[in-house]
Amino acid sequence: MKKKDFPIFQNNKDLVYLDSAATSQKPQVVLDAMMDYYKNYNANVRRGLYPIAEKATAKVEEARDKVSEFINAEDPSEIIFVRNATEAINIVVESYTYPSIKEGEEIATTIMEHHSNFVPWQQLAIKKFLKFGYLDFDHNGNLFFVDELIKKAKSLAITHVSNVLGTINPIKEIIRNARKINKDIVILVDGAQSVPHMKVDVQDLDCDFFVFSGHKMMASTGIGVLYGKKKLLSRMEPFLYGGQMIQEVAIDRSTFADIPYRFEAGTLDIAGIISLGVAVDYLEKLGMEAIRNHEKKLTRYCLDQMEKIEGITLYGPKNAEEKGGIIAFNIERIHPHDIAQVLGDRNICIRAGHHCAMPLHTRLGVSATCRVSFGIYNETEDVDILVKGIQKVKKIFKA
Amino acid sequence: MKRTMNSAYRDEILEHYREPLNYGKLLSCTVSSKQTNPFCGDEIEIYVKFDKNFLGVLANPPPRWTWAIQEIAFTGKGCAISIAGASMLTEYAKGKTKKELTKFSQEDMLRLLGIEVSETRKKCALLGWSILQDCLSNN
Repeated sequence: MKKKDFPIFQNNKDLVYLDSAATSQKPQVVLDAMMDYYKNYNANVRRGLYPIAEKATAKVEEARDKVSEFINAEDPSEIIFVRNATEAINIVVESYTYPSIKEGEEIATTIMEHHSNFVPWQQLAIKKFLKFGYLDFDHNGNLFFVDELIKKAKSLAITHVSNVLGTINPIKEIIRNARKINKDIVILVDGAQSVPHMKVDVQDLDCDFFVFSGHKMMASTGIGVLYGKKKLLSRMEPFLYGGQMIQEVAIDRSTFADIPYRFEAGTLDIAGIISLGVAVDYLEKLGMEAIRNHEKKLTRYCLDQMEKIEGITLYGPKNAEEKGGIIAFNIERIHPHDIAQVLGDRNICIRAGHHCAMPLHTRLGVSATCRVSFGIYNETEDVDILVKGIQKVKKIFKA
Repeated sequence: MKRTMNSAYRDEILEHYREPLNYGKLLSCTVSSKQTNPFCGDEIEIYVKFDKNFLGVLANPPPRWTWAIQEIAFTGKGCAISIAGASMLTEYAKGKTKKELTKFSQEDMLRLLGIEVSETRKKCALLGWSILQDCLSNN
């Protein structure tokens, strides 16, 4: 769709990049914006009283406004800049759930989570002696909603799109049903795999927290977003203490800044924030619907081609309508790492392993899978090269 | 680029992967050790039976002896590199003394495999080696 916007493809002519679920490639405009900051107005934000500092501060707040509009938050102060989705989840666990939950109470997640939305909750349950429940999925990779679990749970941590199965969970419906039977439940949605690929409206979803990473949506590594409803964020204690997050510091006590600054201790990844703002502009210019359609088309084409390969097992939904641009598979008698390595030697970049989702793989009964994932720069010819590569792998391994 | 591929998956590696040598359990072994490689999900267990290996016959003063590997086998599942590595290593280790094997370094193991492995796949290549070292230090 837009391959020419991404310099990596000019610098690596035969690169077939099919690992956008791990990290996306960066368009020239994003790289330019970062360089522009470092070259022309590099200064710390919310401190200096001189023009380049004022400009840097304005750019950071401009990015906050853009992100806020992009996911339709009620107010820009609900957008907190963090390192990545992982850090955002840890903030919620440590600063919201930890202080408010008591021994014996229950928290819920799903078996299809990335470790980042599983391990922090699991560890909280261990530390605080909580019951730790999870929603399972069916053979097609669709979650079962379990009333008894949701009714008792204080919180639900759930992914929007599975980073392995590709399943798009019907989050709006799940949240509506959950609130119907448990009006106090606090719901965190992991949007790392959805925000870059489809229109997200946090008010429409009615989630309490929503997290995502910049590097999966064309921005630089090191920047991520924690969205939280204002009334929840305002109630939370800081996660990190230090500079810029305070109101006033006396020798024996401190008062803390309002949101969002309360959660932004120390110097932020300013270039990263600026890159995120530009990435949002870039995505919006393409149009989230056009992006989704392009990736849906690729997914459908890829599923069709792969189903023809003998000895292949595909995981997750088989219908492109129900899944993001992520396809996990295995080939009989060949280890996923050997598949990925042979493909990698031909510059076809896919991922192999457990994709930071070991409980999901245990549930599937396999130790690892191969994963193909798309970005807007992919075309159907990438799929053709991939399929040819897989045939070559099968030949080498005589499988 | 093609050259690296051919070297990583050269015929010898693929043959060891398809039909690994010394595959199976030892019913009576001196020591066994199991390790997993979380990166690949590989899991290998090595079984070793040590015996006294006499150095010199009819020696006087009394014969000197050292521990050596009499029997060795492995079980497990994994990628071509880790399975071929375990197969080649167990074959190499047969009859070697404990001292010789303790000296057998990571670099020696990679040389035995005879392929170029990337940083991420070193764990696969060295899984068997690491388990054998564990067996040696636990005996």
